[in-house]
Amino acid sequence: MPNMSAKKNEMPSQAPDVRNKNFEEVALGYTPELAADEAARCLNCKNAPCVTGCPVHVNIPGFIAKLREGDPDGAYHVLSASNALPAVCGRVCPQETQCEAKCVRGLKGEPVGIGRLERYTADYHLHHPGKPVEKPAGNGHKVAVIGAGPAGLTCAGELAKMGYQVTIFEALHIAGGVLVYGIPQFRLPKEIVAAEIENLKTLGVEIVTNAVIGRSETVDELFEDGYEAIFLGTGAGLPMFMGIPGESLNGVCSANEFLTRVNLMKAYRDDTDTPIYRAHRVVVVGGGNVAMDAARCAKRLGAEEVSIVYRRSEAEMPARREEIEHAKEEGIVMRVLQNPVEILGTDGRDRRVRAVRCVRMELGEPDASGRRRPIEIPGSEYELECDFVIMALGTRPNPLISSTTENLETKRGGVLVADEQGKTTREGVFAGGDAVTGAATVILAMGAGKTSARAIDEYIRSKN
Amino acid sequence: MYRIVKKRDLNPTVSLMEVEAPMAARRAKAGQFVIVIPDEKGERIPLTIADYDRERGTVTVIFQVVGTSTLKLQHLKEGESVYAFVGPLGRPTHTEGLKNVAVIGGGVGNAIAYPVAKALHEAGTRVTTIAGFRSQDLVILENEFAAVSDNFVRMSDDGTWGTKGLVTDALRALIENGEKFDEVIAIGPLVMMKFVSLLTKEYGIKTVVSMNPIMIDGTGMCGGCRLTVGGESKFACVDGPEFDGHLVDFDEAIARSAMYREQERHSYEATCNLFKGVE
Repeated sequence: MPNMSAKKNEMPSQAPDVRNKNFEEVALGYTPELAADEAARCLNCKNAPCVTGCPVHVNIPGFIAKLREGDPDGAYHVLSASNALPAVCGRVCPQETQCEAKCVRGLKGEPVGIGRLERYTADYHLHHPGKPVEKPAGNGHKVAVIGAGPAGLTCAGELAKMGYQVTIFEALHIAGGVLVYGIPQFRLPKEIVAAEIENLKTLGVEIVTNAVIGRSETVDELFEDGYEAIFLGTGAGLPMFMGIPGESLNGVCSANEFLTRVNLMKAYRDDTDTPIYRAHRVVVVGGGNVAMDAARCAKRLGAEEVSIVYRRSEAEMPARREEIEHAKEEGIVMRVLQNPVEILGTDGRDRRVRAVRCVRMELGEPDASGRRRPIEIPGSEYELECDFVIMALGTRPNPLISSTTENLETKRGGVLVADEQGKTTREGVFAGGDAVTGAATVILAMGAGKTSARAIDEYIRSKN
Repeated sequence: MYRIVKKRDLNPTVSLMEVEAPMAARRAKAGQFVIVIPDEKGERIPLTIADYDRERGTVTVIFQVVGTSTLKLQHLKEGESVYAFVGPLGRPTHTEGLKNVAVIGGGVGNAIAYPVAKALHEAGTRVTTIAGFRSQDLVILENEFAAVSDNFVRMSDDGTWGTKGLVTDALRALIENGEKFDEVIAIGPLVMMKFVSLLTKEYGIKTVVSMNPIMIDGTGMCGGCRLTVGGESKFACVDGPEFDGHLVDFDEAIARSAMYREQERHSYEATCNLFKGVE
């Protein structure tokens, strides 16, 4: 008999006023009992609408059925067949707008906790790895993947399973892309990312770090080196600023810089050398997941007050509800319907931030994005005191590769031109993830990586 | 890991290090830089390329000990390795079409001025090098500069090497004596580059400066290295590191270079004590 409870089982998690002082993971994951109980809520629908909501088409009822049977190894087997990074997705996917949004149980009550069960299954495997996967037999063809983020890792994993010899070139010194430099430890422990990457290596994927394609080596040289196809999973790493006065003051940085210092360079730990400014009053500008991550990191670094300044209202924030709620629980102040117009600095030579001048906003008619357009209220300016400002306004693709590769076209916003299969305007070059879509989610990038892997396979077969 | 094949101390605080890095060596050019991480817990340090050898697959950097990470780097020995060595990054120096150039180096900036002077010399440009140091004991690359310069002007703050005075004094004297430079390339402390640029602006001589701001990734990702150039925000790592000296907002760059001074000082003192304990 299915478990007919209208609510999904909560995951145990750290209390807000405890977790906002440490970098340990917020949510602690289901116990075996909670997982079994939650798995019993799945009705195993024949048409499985949840699967249609998943960009990588995980066989969701299939893996949950295995959990119900008390077979977590079997569940992992089903899950990992279509998802290269399940421990990551179980944590950072916006399930509420994807698989869980389609769940039949959601019509009357809460949907099945698919994300939580995915996380449970993947974590079970990390702790009980069992027999290592066997490296597939090689087919003798070489493919290069640029960027070891979600799109590149997924594409590489899929190709390796088909027998391709895959080399990933990563610009930073650690593989993972946004999973290691962007998403904080308390939301996605780096040990989890490292373990998922180890799984890929056992499939035979080679990862070359410290390789900045476009500078260290070009796409053309990779073809000369014998790679038959190239996948660009280079993400959207170029930070945007507002272009207002005072943005060059000391104490103003991009969320990318702040998060890279904290996450990749581990500046929050005493045993690392990268400095971080220990601010007292922090203003984070923006309303996306990155803004929430930056604010929550700043709080954990000891800031007395951390505010998010966002020009629309909370309802329009692009961040996941869960992230907004978590941030509020941890004491982050939401200053909505206001927008910075200038950053004010101290006098004297060191030019540090002392305040942000904000203007209050109201919402007008919907704009092109469908959200109501924010309009300044004349005469409503005020100064918000602070000693650190983090700009979390979004990112654009890095032009390093597009500007050094012939016949590779980009369009507005610097994104690469690619079709639904990821084919770019240059033969043999495929692309997917944020490099094509602009900043989006981990799972969409993974979906694109998977689609391109199939297209690359077809392309190479057609040539041979 | 990237093996250190040669390590030489050029003066008490400046060292040369030749590192095995075939990928970086393959495309390295004068004016570009690399990111070096001494050990797993170290910072990503941007260092301009001092030399490279494509056949040996090595890149040479010359660095001054200014904080924890460069101190750690200085303590590494030949045969040991650095954790990461990434490059080449940034845009190379433009050397084409130049006939008569003054290359000005200040302090450890001379380490970066040298490959530029060498590249120009090899391209057939007339090279005047003006090298400035605080005093004779800090002089580096004297013979190397002499070999690639048509005119080599030595300047020191205290008069112990060459002429007593600033590099700008020497530059002004040359220009006043009728030397027609089609470009001045200045590499050194921000204050020096600022005053060289102010001087050449008076005479209308195009001036290129090499900026070395605080940065993390070196690929355009963090924006920490942003500078205001001609009223626009530029990233030194991808748009530079070389810029038109007449357009750079030096006062802002000087203020930004002090962002982490307090933390850097604490960290440096702690690391010094650590090394003292070991030795």
